[in-house]
Amino acid sequence: MKGGGLGSKAKKLALALFAVAGAGVVVSQAKLPEQWKEAALRVYVPPGEYDEFYVFFSGGFNGQIGVHGIPSGRNLRTIPVFSVNPENGYGYSEETKNMLMTSHGWIPWDDTHHPELSQTNGVPDGRWLFINANNTPRVARIDLSEFRTVEIIEIPHSAGNHPSSFITQNTEYVTAATRFSIPIPQADHPIAEYKKWAKGTITFIKVDNSEGEHNNRMEIAFQLLVPGYDYDLAHCGKGPSHGWCFFTSYNTEQAHTLLEINASKKDKDFILAVNWKRAEECIAEGKGKKVKTKYYHNYIDPKTGIAVAEEKNEVLILTPKECPGVAYYLPTPKSPHGVDVTPDGKYIIGGGKLSVNQPIHSFEKMLQAIKNKDFVGEIEGIPVLRYESVLHCEVKNLCLGPLHTEFDDKGYAYTSCFISSEVVKYDPKSCKILDRIPVYYSVGHLVIPGGDSAKPWGKYLIAMNKITKDRYLPTGPELPHAAQLIDISGEKMKLLLDFPTHGEPHYAQMIPAELVVKRQKKIYELEKNEHPYAVKSEKEAMEKGVVRKCDEKGNCEVHIYMTAIRSHFTPDNIEGIKVGDVVYFHVTNLEQDWDIPHGFAMFGAKNSNILIMPGETLTLKWIPEKPGIYPFYCTDFCSALHQEMQGYVRVSPKDADVKLCWSLGNQKKCAD
Amino acid sequence: MHPLSRLLLALASFLLIGVYFLPLWRISLTAPQYPEGLGMLIYVNTIKGEKPHDLYNINLLNHYIGMAPIEPDKIPELKIMPFIFAFFIVLGLLGAVTGKRRLLKLWVALFIAFGIIGIADFWWWEYRYGHNLDPNAPIKIPGMAYQPPLIGCKTLLNMRACSYPDKGAYLAAGSLALGVLALAIDALYQRKKKAAEALAS
Repeated sequence: MKGGGLGSKAKKLALALFAVAGAGVVVSQAKLPEQWKEAALRVYVPPGEYDEFYVFFSGGFNGQIGVHGIPSGRNLRTIPVFSVNPENGYGYSEETKNMLMTSHGWIPWDDTHHPELSQTNGVPDGRWLFINANNTPRVARIDLSEFRTVEIIEIPHSAGNHPSSFITQNTEYVTAATRFSIPIPQADHPIAEYKKWAKGTITFIKVDNSEGEHNNRMEIAFQLLVPGYDYDLAHCGKGPSHGWCFFTSYNTEQAHTLLEINASKKDKDFILAVNWKRAEECIAEGKGKKVKTKYYHNYIDPKTGIAVAEEKNEVLILTPKECPGVAYYLPTPKSPHGVDVTPDGKYIIGGGKLSVNQPIHSFEKMLQAIKNKDFVGEIEGIPVLRYESVLHCEVKNLCLGPLHTEFDDKGYAYTSCFISSEVVKYDPKSCKILDRIPVYYSVGHLVIPGGDSAKPWGKYLIAMNKITKDRYLPTGPELPHAAQLIDISGEKMKLLLDFPTHGEPHYAQMIPAELVVKRQKKIYELEKNEHPYAVKSEKEAMEKGVVRKCDEKGNCEVHIYMTAIRSHFTPDNIEGIKVGDVVYFHVTNLEQDWDIPHGFAMFGAKNSNILIMPGETLTLKWIPEKPGIYPFYCTDFCSALHQEMQGYVRVSPKDADVKLCWSLGNQKKCAD
Repeated sequence: MHPLSRLLLALASFLLIGVYFLPLWRISLTAPQYPEGLGMLIYVNTIKGEKPHDLYNINLLNHYIGMAPIEPDKIPELKIMPFIFAFFIVLGLLGAVTGKRRLLKLWVALFIAFGIIGIADFWWWEYRYGHNLDPNAPIKIPGMAYQPPLIGCKTLLNMRACSYPDKGAYLAAGSLALGVLALAIDALYQRKKKAAEALAS
């Protein structure tokens, strides 16, 4: 018996081992179902090769932009926009702090939603990417030659800048609008008197498309004062509808509490159609009114790399009553969410959200209805068009919770359906449903390369899903959001890949990689660096060295001219710094080779590190609080002698008699 | 001098003008982390990077192993060479205009001598450059020198260094070949002339 028992134990062990080995095989390539084998080949990018597309995901509550390669899904970069980024010092360095200035003061965070690529003739051109800040209304411009935020403009008279940053077909304008209506100008009112104080604005930001390197390109052209509803999303017309932009609105009930119920009562809300060319005419006729306000326009001076924060004090406000023909309401069922224009510019699709039928408006019919004055009413100077007169069709039983629509190059539309967790393909002309594919789970936006432009590259679609539950290895209560790559080149949609993303991607933009690759900067030219504290050689760094200036009260500022090159800082020993000095390390990276940044971190500094690109100068501020020896070092593994790239600052008591000296090796200099 | 020789010598002299615009030699370096390569172009009067910052980056890498930085302004050969080529242009043209055979012979002889001395001097410069290492260099490998090859490729640590004559050198060689051809034609012509004279007498 005993012997037999042992034998069975050994058998069990063998079985267990077999089971463990078997589990390993489940995920190996050999047992992959045919469907996934085919998908794997479609998304595999061999080592050393480039992806075909860039995708730019908004980061949602991380305030940044996530850049991935498609079809591999590989995460390439995170571009900090409205949130500080200690990883590279964005928002921490003296040069970048000003980018986050607002009329409310300095704000370290925001919520990014809708990136939009610049376009020429309705086609994404790979120059810039715009993105909105939802919480403290702003619009940013990212230069894709350097993947950097170079300009941010604040939107006055706005709250919850959600229907932003959508552009016109030649990047003439970027849109912004109010999700939350507020008193304009801001004032103290009882909330319950919403209908008295609530106003919305639709803002058109003019973009300077001229050649040449300057970053103060955005300017608020005008704000259209509109009824106090919640404006949700936007897209501008193209081709025949160029000159118009469309904004969805909900809460036309004008509720101020429990919107979930109170703003879902009406059978129809509106799409607001704005004729910006008409607005331009009215402004030319002097119909706009200049209004005093306060907002910031921040931009990086390309010569110095230093952000300038300009306070602005005036905007031009236009009201629909003074400018007839500037805006019309298109009734649209049940709190529409997305509004998307077909590539040919002929149809306007509202995301029905709470409706199972997807309404498609015809631009041509809209013009006809306007001509015929086929109105069912007027709200604050905005005529309301007859629904039946502008409607092209309703796609019946599309899905549950249709939100957003993108287009391919064959004229088909793809709508994301949040509640039924699927993407539905249909023909917007014939209004026939062609295909549907489940997504995992609860898709928000979707994106096709050029899918909201006049020229989609209809190869891939990415669904951005809010809920991932069991899709990836669990990471505690907080799980990543997902991007699901779907092949749309054939008749039937095919799921190819599922990858996690950072923050919460709302909308995204995709573009053929070559349009961005050809514009890439590899370094900043040291010769052209006009930063006031830049030094172009170690000799210059030693000559200028350390400058200490004190005022009558004994408050001192110290400016250190420093260089970084493989593998040392110049100077790397500094003495004569006193407790309480406000010390600025102005570090110039002398490298002129691609992919050789140097980092700089100071022990005890209540600050981040700074990551300095070749040819760039960045400044880290540090106020030493106690005497001692304080090391600093390079934080980016730059060379075989990176661990040697370090230095010391001696901090002495305020009244100590220590001479201000700086050195490198056996070169030493002291202040007079 | 035979008229064809005079023409060839004039042509050879004019060809040398091109040497002022084209690199004589090219040294290129590749390494795992430099897939795009770094290159150095040697001209009559200067040394340039193949791409805008190549020379700067080569010097930066060289400091690890203690090689002296390449500073074109401090290389005397680059100051003399433009005058040497100018001398050959003037001498050649003088020979072509006057038709003096002695000048042609002198031109060819001096050019060959200059070529040999020039290449020997280049090798010597490479030798000194590769052996004269800073004793305080961070990377020291006993017995290792970093002399780039005169012609051909050589692996120096992680770098593959290749050195070849470039367009300017080919132009100079072509010029010399024309000079030699001019000399040969003229020699043949003179021999024929002498034979004819002998027959006539």
